[in-house]
Amino acid sequence: MVTHDSGGAHAHHPPTAFIWKYIFSLDHKIIGIQYILLAVLSVFVGMFLSLLMRIHLAWPNAKLPFFEGGIMTPEQYLALMTMHGTIMVFMVLTTAPQSGFGNYFLPIQIGAADMAFPVINMLSFWTTFVSLVVLLAAFVVTGGAPLSGWTAYAPLSALGSVAGPGQGLGQTLWVVGLAIFCGASLMGALNFITTTIDLRTRGLSLLRMPLTVWAWFVTAILGLLAFGVLLAACILLLLDRTAGTSFFIPGGLVVSDVVQKNHSGGSPLLWQRLFWFFGHPEVYIAIVPGMGVISHVLSTFSRKPVFGYRAMVYAICGIGFLGFCVWGHHMFISGMSPYSAIAFSLLTMAIGVPSAIKTFNWLGTLWGGRIRFTSPMLFAIGFVSLFVTGGVSGLFLAQPSLDLYLHDGYFVVAHFHMIMGVASIFGIFTATYYWFPKMFGRMMDEGLGKLHFWITFLGVYAIFMPMHFLGMVGHPRRYPSGENFAFLGPLQGVHLFISIAAFITMAGQLIFLYNFFWSMKRGKKAEVNPWHATTLEWTVPSPPPHDNFAGRPPSVYRGPYEYAVPDAVEDYVPQHLAPEQVAKAK
Amino acid sequence: MPGTVTEEIEIMDAGHGETPSPPAGGDDDGGSGGGGAAAVPRRAYFTAISLGLAAILMFFMALTSSYIVRKGLGGDWQPVRLPGILWLNTLVLLASSASIEVARRKHSEGETEAFRNWWALTTGLGIVFLVGQLVAWRQLAASGIFLATNPASSFFYLLTAAHGLHLLGGIVALFYVPFRAWHRSRITQSTAAELTSIYWHFMDGLWVFLFLLLNLGR
Repeated sequence: MVTHDSGGAHAHHPPTAFIWKYIFSLDHKIIGIQYILLAVLSVFVGMFLSLLMRIHLAWPNAKLPFFEGGIMTPEQYLALMTMHGTIMVFMVLTTAPQSGFGNYFLPIQIGAADMAFPVINMLSFWTTFVSLVVLLAAFVVTGGAPLSGWTAYAPLSALGSVAGPGQGLGQTLWVVGLAIFCGASLMGALNFITTTIDLRTRGLSLLRMPLTVWAWFVTAILGLLAFGVLLAACILLLLDRTAGTSFFIPGGLVVSDVVQKNHSGGSPLLWQRLFWFFGHPEVYIAIVPGMGVISHVLSTFSRKPVFGYRAMVYAICGIGFLGFCVWGHHMFISGMSPYSAIAFSLLTMAIGVPSAIKTFNWLGTLWGGRIRFTSPMLFAIGFVSLFVTGGVSGLFLAQPSLDLYLHDGYFVVAHFHMIMGVASIFGIFTATYYWFPKMFGRMMDEGLGKLHFWITFLGVYAIFMPMHFLGMVGHPRRYPSGENFAFLGPLQGVHLFISIAAFITMAGQLIFLYNFFWSMKRGKKAEVNPWHATTLEWTVPSPPPHDNFAGRPPSVYRGPYEYAVPDAVEDYVPQHLAPEQVAKAK
Repeated sequence: MPGTVTEEIEIMDAGHGETPSPPAGGDDDGGSGGGGAAAVPRRAYFTAISLGLAAILMFFMALTSSYIVRKGLGGDWQPVRLPGILWLNTLVLLASSASIEVARRKHSEGETEAFRNWWALTTGLGIVFLVGQLVAWRQLAASGIFLATNPASSFFYLLTAAHGLHLLGGIVALFYVPFRAWHRSRITQSTAAELTSIYWHFMDGLWVFLFLLLNLGR
């Protein structure tokens, strides 16, 4: 193994003061870790909110802390749901896989010293942090957090406090927080794309890039094109709320027995179109980085090249492109023309093609490999399972006729949690277990990792599979309890089962948290390349020095997945080894 | 201040920016790393500005499609009688595009004095345009048409404000380019002037588009 000596000449000097080194750092690795810590904080906040919801769903009359009189009102349930969705989608699924791991590893994997624009990178993180603070502030203002869901459908979200507690200042903070988040994401996307296009090291052609880099690259393009649209939508919504305009608010609405006289002629569907034009690509922003990471990890631990590397690249690009053509499938029940519904339906089902290409290529990568069942590998295989389960139910929902029945029910909740929530989270776990040794110079505990995997894997299936059945028998989503509805009564046992499964799964995450922080200090020391992997991050010390390659960027001579190389001494050839160096190894 | 640290850290290869830059654009062979210190190639800045403009375009296209949809919904749309000064403003902005182009060429020909004058003229024209937009707002407000009066006026104020804010960013850059100490920067003044002029031309074209939309799409 050739490694770069961290003691070599640095091209520029790292800052030494704490505030510039760790707080307002310009180092992409520190910024990546900042994003990951922000996501860890957010995921536990989001999980705590779902804990309260699950307690209430299983035991509607249970006394809970934080609530007046100990009883959760339906409005409070909706507020928890809104904030759970918003925090999880934006602050966890958008930040950790892309801005977190992408920031840390994209520059190293392409042989660059840093992102193209370190200051913009730093600003992007801190802007995200501000947006999180603004969002969380909604909990403590008069009226509390908003009720309108992470999709903030108008006119509920546009009318102000007359529409319910939380629809006043709480909803305004939500809109402002999201607008700020848009700015942060746009800065991040710009940096990722520029870095990938212009900072690749010598020899690293596009089709030699690791699939992780491809995934981050495509995700950044999605972000660049989608967040501007959400920003525009947020501004229109904010004007409707505060300046008396009527973009989304129709005339003659009666809300809380009061006729809304100040608005006329607006269209709630306009909000839906703008939101989902952003919202569907957003789903891929959450999952595509996971696809990249697990392609990478499946290859490493199968000791085989990725099956169909080019097909994988084209599939990622295809999924990204189609993501912009299918927003209408979120609106089948909005009264749209059946002809446009058919178009959206066909385009949506077309996503099944690149998705199936990816799935079969993952299986093809595993086939005949010398599989090592490490923690990251288990989570990667778990990702494939969840991706198939969550993806297949997507094909059900892509049919307008079926969606008419299943929409706004638990089937949809089950579908998007499986694919967007849990599969993406498995991507994050895969990345964490895989790259932890590089980031902190120590190994995570394998035993605890495997225990964490099995609890989480079985747990999420136990939570979300029954929700499909709830949906199929007609259980609507967003109901705080089934108590007052006779037809939901017999389903209470299912809710109880789901809640208990959720508690066990959540408790399982504490194992991860313990393993993460314990291993940071006490884990076994990691070698430079503990997984015997091929890409450039495994050629630098763990953790990498300030400018990654100590001023000597590597050259790349080959593709990223040269495993099971017949004549090599070891079964892999790193990307930076020149042909003559490989020959020597023979 | 973050700015000072930036400078200390980002001077990766002092003097590199002063050497003749490699041609911008299209080589896609991944050959950006030179083997020396990992400087950011000049073309990265052109990539970044193009991407930034793509994002801005998406933002304005979202507003444009909302405009078309909202207008199509009918009933309460009352076309805004656009103030005549907008025509004058448009001419001023078009003139500023011409003058920034002259300034850029003077810079590449090494005529520093002429560059500064034409650049200052561009900055002045930009400010005149913004003031002109404010006058248009005042005129509309004086005739009783405000943001929330009807959807057409809402879009008028929104589109002009959004464009104006973006243009203001351009004016900040126009002030920045002649006064920044470029020898301490990662890019040369000439590159900065080129980037600013690309942005400025885009804002000019965007205004022409919005003005046509507001006129023809009334």
